[in-house]
Amino acid sequence: MSAIYLDHAATSPTREEVVEAMVPYFTTQYGNPSSIHQFGRNTRQALDEARRVIASSINANFKEIIFTSGGTESDNMAIIGTALALQEKGKHIITSKVEHHAVLHAVQYLEENGFEVSYLSADEEGRIDPQQVEDAIRDDTILVTIMYGNNEVGTLQPIEEIGKITSEKKVLFHTDAVQAYGSVSIDVKHLGIDLLSVSAHKINGPKGNGFLYVREGLWLEPRAFGGEQERKRRAGTENVPGIMGMKKAVELIQEEKIGRHEQLLNMKKRMLEIFDGEGIEYILNGSINLSLPHVLNVSFPGTNVEAMLVNLDLAGIAASSGSACTAGSIEPSHVLAAMFDDHERMTSAIRFSFGHGNTMEEIEQAAKETVRIVNRLTSM
Amino acid sequence: MIYFDNSATTKPYPEALKTYMTVSESYFANPSSIHRLGGEVEKLISTARNQIAGLLRVNPGEVVFTSGGTEANNLAIKGIAIEHQTRGKHLISTEIEHASCYESFRQLEHLGFDITFLPVDRNGHVSIQDLRNAIRHDSILVSVMHVNNEIGTIQPVEEIGQFLKKHPKIFFHVDHVQGIGKVPLQYVQSGVDLCSFSSHKFHGPKGVGILYIRNGVTLSPLLHGGSQEFKHRAGTENIPGIIAMAKALRLTMEKSKKEMDGLLRLNRLLRSKLVEIEGVVLNTPEKQSAPHIINFSVPGIKPEVLIHSLEERDVFVSTKSACSSKSTEVSRVLEATGYELKRASSAIRISLSFDNTMNEGERFIAILEDILNNLTKVMRY
Ligand SMILES: Cc1ncc(COP(=O)(O)O)c(C=O)c1O
Ligand SMILES: Cc1ncc(COP(=O)(O)O)c(C=O)c1O
Repeated sequence: MSAIYLDHAATSPTREEVVEAMVPYFTTQYGNPSSIHQFGRNTRQALDEARRVIASSINANFKEIIFTSGGTESDNMAIIGTALALQEKGKHIITSKVEHHAVLHAVQYLEENGFEVSYLSADEEGRIDPQQVEDAIRDDTILVTIMYGNNEVGTLQPIEEIGKITSEKKVLFHTDAVQAYGSVSIDVKHLGIDLLSVSAHKINGPKGNGFLYVREGLWLEPRAFGGEQERKRRAGTENVPGIMGMKKAVELIQEEKIGRHEQLLNMKKRMLEIFDGEGIEYILNGSINLSLPHVLNVSFPGTNVEAMLVNLDLAGIAASSGSACTAGSIEPSHVLAAMFDDHERMTSAIRFSFGHGNTMEEIEQAAKETVRIVNRLTSM
Repeated sequence: MIYFDNSATTKPYPEALKTYMTVSESYFANPSSIHRLGGEVEKLISTARNQIAGLLRVNPGEVVFTSGGTEANNLAIKGIAIEHQTRGKHLISTEIEHASCYESFRQLEHLGFDITFLPVDRNGHVSIQDLRNAIRHDSILVSVMHVNNEIGTIQPVEEIGQFLKKHPKIFFHVDHVQGIGKVPLQYVQSGVDLCSFSSHKFHGPKGVGILYIRNGVTLSPLLHGGSQEFKHRAGTENIPGIIAMAKALRLTMEKSKKEMDGLLRLNRLLRSKLVEIEGVVLNTPEKQSAPHIINFSVPGIKPEVLIHSLEERDVFVSTKSACSSKSTEVSRVLEATGYELKRASSAIRISLSFDNTMNEGERFIAILEDILNNLTKVMRY
């Protein structure tokens, strides 16, 4: 039985084209980009080209992209780097209760070190009201960090509105776009975004790679010190094959963007259609309209996450309870807890996330299998 | 082609690359996911961790994967300093550390820590006596690299470790990035608490490294987020990179056993021929130095010129460390050894791997002689 992988928000398969694009940088172009000989110069040029392609995908310029080891590092660098660079100006940071741990734990670290953090609440669909952002901004606020699209429930945040507010109030705006990048079009200039995090392994690129967009003119205190790579912002020998793989993943997204969005959205709709058709009880967590196309989070009253996941897994369906990053444990989700106060709904929530390689047949099969499991569990 | 720049980076072993590709394509799930696919990957990582722990002779729970040597060094140094600063703010290192350590200490200096950078002698060695004198009641960390990346000098890490056993409250970190597989190091017996490694220096993929953290040592993480890597290092793991690194490390350790004689022979050949060339002086000492690094100067000849001439003949070497080879200032390491400017500013580094051959050594010498003959005629300054 081949598994149906519906956990693309946890991580996604590396596409063959991506792996192929990486190979030459293992076998023949293996030089260190800092070396001054031809091996170094060739890989330096390749890096520059990758930087250009990636920058243009969000309407940024070449100098505004820093390569990192992934989404977590991008988030940490953006938040801690900004905070340490601007602490003379103020020590207040605004974020939300529904952020990924890479953001939440970074701001908590700052809190332990004398910064003050406001955690905005979300509504029942997981949305932050831009008015709340405006109200929370104080004279000593230096940074607003609100994610683009949520990894557990898919809810999109009002990024454009927040960008307007932060631009007017002259506060920096970071957004964690790890889930959104590739699923929605992003124009950092239009949206007023100062810092934006992306992770390659969520977009069919290699693991261990990501990037951070940093608007030109901003200085971040680096986290990693050493060589002068990445304009002295991020030391360490560059992961050249990984960066070249990420570039390929970005190019594939650019080529396939429009069809891809449709396709993912149809998968989500089809799954819900089958649930409706079969008449099982479910509650959608998140927003039906203002949502990432690839994330679907539903609670099945009368079931619990553990039993659901075990049964889905036995049926060959890989789904999850929310964020994968809480390392195996199924703790109640902080995201759902921020959205509503309903224990049963919280402990019966399953995330299905779609992506490259999924077919409509798989979705239908998974939906039907889910229905069978829900019926079995609720009749016990 | 003769690639003698293996301290900058190495060519990945084909086996490691194959592993990388297989894992990328067939084991792509997130090890933190609780479904079967995630479980398979989790097993794969834990097997790799066990293998690496076995090769390094440490416990699996002491192996923390990072994005490379730089991150491992930053995590070790800043992690200890920040976590244990209430006990003291004095840190000890040396003048010839790699930039990833040196600059970490510089940052800590800005944050109010007091750093002693131990001097080195003309051969690039630190002395235990200097270390003894530097220790204060508020010292919390000693960080000394094992093999220097520019001149190949081996520091007396084991001796330092034995000495530090008298100071059980001081943590001991070793940057073993250049030493692994080339110069054996009994770090566990020597009381090393933290030890850094980088995959791309031993024919593994770039973007992966290891920090050995002795059981019981606590440190403040650099990256906050998920609870991966025993909470020492958040972020979805670079699975294919880690598995391929385990493969590369195993192959390196095997070669280290079987092919060390060949490497030593090549080293002796190069050294003996280099000293015979007029105008060439060796900067790497004969004793207490690594087999794969030979640093020499041709005072009066600009290293960039020499590098480019070699490159035209398909030979690749470097000036100082790759990470700083673009800046034109004199190498901090050679400056620390006290060489006069003319010598310190004309250094060339050859760095070998087990795959380099005697024939490449002979050819290198012939090409170098030829180039120097021409250059000394036209370009002496
Ligand atoms: C929204 C969000 N931010 C950050 C991350 C962390 O990214 P990475 O796994 O590349 O460290 C993830 C995924 O784990 C995520 O979903
Ligand atoms: C001695 C030493 N330490 C640390 C590093 C940094 O490792 P990485 O390139 O993996 O960041 C290097 C190489 O650049 C090195 O030679």
